[in-house]
Amino acid sequence: MSDLTQIIEAGKLQDRASPWPLWTTGFLAACAWGLGAIVTIAFPDVVPWGATQLFATLIGAGAAILLVLSFVVQRLGAGGRLIVHYGPWLIALGLWFTFWEISTAKLGWLPKPFFSPPQGLLNVYVVDWQRLLLCIAYTLRLWAIGFGSGIVVGYVIGVALGWSRGVSYWGMPVLKLIGPVPATAWIPCTFFFFPTTFAASCFIVALASGIPVAILTASGVGAVNRSYYDVGRILGASNWYLIRNIAVPAALPHVFVGLFMGLYYSFAVLVVAEMLGAKYGLGWYIQFQTAYSAYANVYAALLIMAFLCASIVRLLFAVRDRLLGWQKGFI
Amino acid sequence: MTSAITPLNVLERRNIAVDIHKVSHHFDLFGTSLPVLDTIDLAVAPGEFVALLGPSGCGKSTLLRLIAGLDRPATGDIRADNRLVTAPDRSRILAFQDPTLFPWRTVWWNVATGLEAQGTLERHRKRVDDALALVRLSEFATAYPHQLSGGMAQRVALARALVNDPKLLLLDEPFGKLDSFTRMGMQSELLALWLQQAFTAILVTHDIEEALLLASRVIVLSDRPARILHELTIDLDYPRRRDDPAIINLRREIAGELGLEPADAPNIQKRAVS
Ligand SMILES: Nc1ncnc2c1ncn2[C@@H]1O[C@H](COP(=O)(O)OP(=O)(O)OP(=O)(O)O)[C@@H](O)[C@H]1O
Ligand SMILES: [Mg+2]
Repeated sequence: MSDLTQIIEAGKLQDRASPWPLWTTGFLAACAWGLGAIVTIAFPDVVPWGATQLFATLIGAGAAILLVLSFVVQRLGAGGRLIVHYGPWLIALGLWFTFWEISTAKLGWLPKPFFSPPQGLLNVYVVDWQRLLLCIAYTLRLWAIGFGSGIVVGYVIGVALGWSRGVSYWGMPVLKLIGPVPATAWIPCTFFFFPTTFAASCFIVALASGIPVAILTASGVGAVNRSYYDVGRILGASNWYLIRNIAVPAALPHVFVGLFMGLYYSFAVLVVAEMLGAKYGLGWYIQFQTAYSAYANVYAALLIMAFLCASIVRLLFAVRDRLLGWQKGFI
Repeated sequence: MTSAITPLNVLERRNIAVDIHKVSHHFDLFGTSLPVLDTIDLAVAPGEFVALLGPSGCGKSTLLRLIAGLDRPATGDIRADNRLVTAPDRSRILAFQDPTLFPWRTVWWNVATGLEAQGTLERHRKRVDDALALVRLSEFATAYPHQLSGGMAQRVALARALVNDPKLLLLDEPFGKLDSFTRMGMQSELLALWLQQAFTAILVTHDIEEALLLASRVIVLSDRPARILHELTIDLDYPRRRDDPAIINLRREIAGELGLEPADAPNIQKRAVS
């Protein structure tokens, strides 16, 4: 698909023989962004938001860059091709900014406490960036400890469940029973069992990420082609070798599905986990600001969380592509 | 691999005698019992090369799995050097009909698996290289199985078996997917190796000519459940020639045994492979 778009875009570029061929999509994107900037600056906000000037300047600058790009993009090599690939998205983004601006700040269809124009979010970042950075650090610490320990324990349990009949006999029904229970339902018990609220929060995150990893790993190990074990046994492999060098790598594609699910679940419970008496953290920030109806701050924090999650997903994809390069037609 | 063999350890190695005593076997299929092997009695002397010929689905692969110790026979018993076979052992190596390469390991590591599992890889890295050279796949050492052709995968599987220096080598149609040129080459490599190391070999094949060129004894099996129909000792010197009149006569005899007119001989393979 993406290749096709690239070829079409490239074809468009080559149609013109001029030394500065126009990248039409980029030009349209520049227009859309420019429109957003003009709308922002030319009409008054119905209520003051702050940072209106700054936002107009930023997307105005974006429009200028796009305008330049629409003439030089094909000289930029691989980076240029990436930009060309996202050309239609750049147009959509410009139009979205314009529509967002009009419907919130300029006309007030979507009114103040509940909705925020882009400059509203921008203002939050400008004013509150120090506290937000601190919150990001706290959240990442909680997430890293919770997710890290959760997937390690979940993985070990999953391998044991998939490998051993005895473990599977006792463990699988229990796992199936507690699997569908939302991790947050354990909050009352965790308060009793864990010395600090931070440990309790970590446990909730660990549980949310560990359970899908355990279930998928178990099914992956259980589904390994028996012939691989036959080959291993013929070649004199011990049970331990069979687990380490056959069951584990053969189940890896399943394990990654579990990891992706665990990643999403862990982000979903972060907000709740930070309810447990945390002093900082994006989840805490969201709740705190919700209580004061400061929804612009809530949206700003949500946006950061979405970006964090997307970046970690991206990272996990890179790890997977490295480890699963052996799969047929995978990359 | 060949370099690891000196005359001394050829003398030292004790190759395995196999005793198959009244072995019958059946599978549970569709709720009924499917008889597969019917009182097989076969003694293989140390260093002998036995070929098993028989129609498709008669139970040849099953018999090899029993000898390797992957499954236990329903009745009767199998002894390797007078010890009852109850589990696989690294002195008895089976090369499966399906290559079953590990898709997550490169060709080199697939071949190295046996040595690694036994903890002797560090000392014998060269043997892996030699085994790959023997099957002419040295340049594919770092390829993954999905990058190989069917015949190449089969050769890797053969190397993975040979690298372990087995005393009993069980081969399940190891050349089935090879073109006739490569097949001839591989046949003579295997023969050279066997002549040099004198391991005991049991080869399952659909190819009468292959059996006659390689084996010191050919066993013809019946349709399922497999019984031994016929045994032929091939008392000809190696290397044998395809156009040797003795070979041609034997081929006609076996084709007759399998219920085929000599003129139909090529059809055996077509029917059997299906
Ligand atoms: N695990 C199993 N469960 C049930 N039936 C089996 C099993 N393995 C083999 N069989 C049956 O046993 C019979 C013999 O199988 P086997 O694989 O030994 O045949 P073969 O002689 O090797 O055939 P081919 O030459 O086609 O490889 C077949 O009819 C097959 O359906
Ligand atoms: Mg078979």
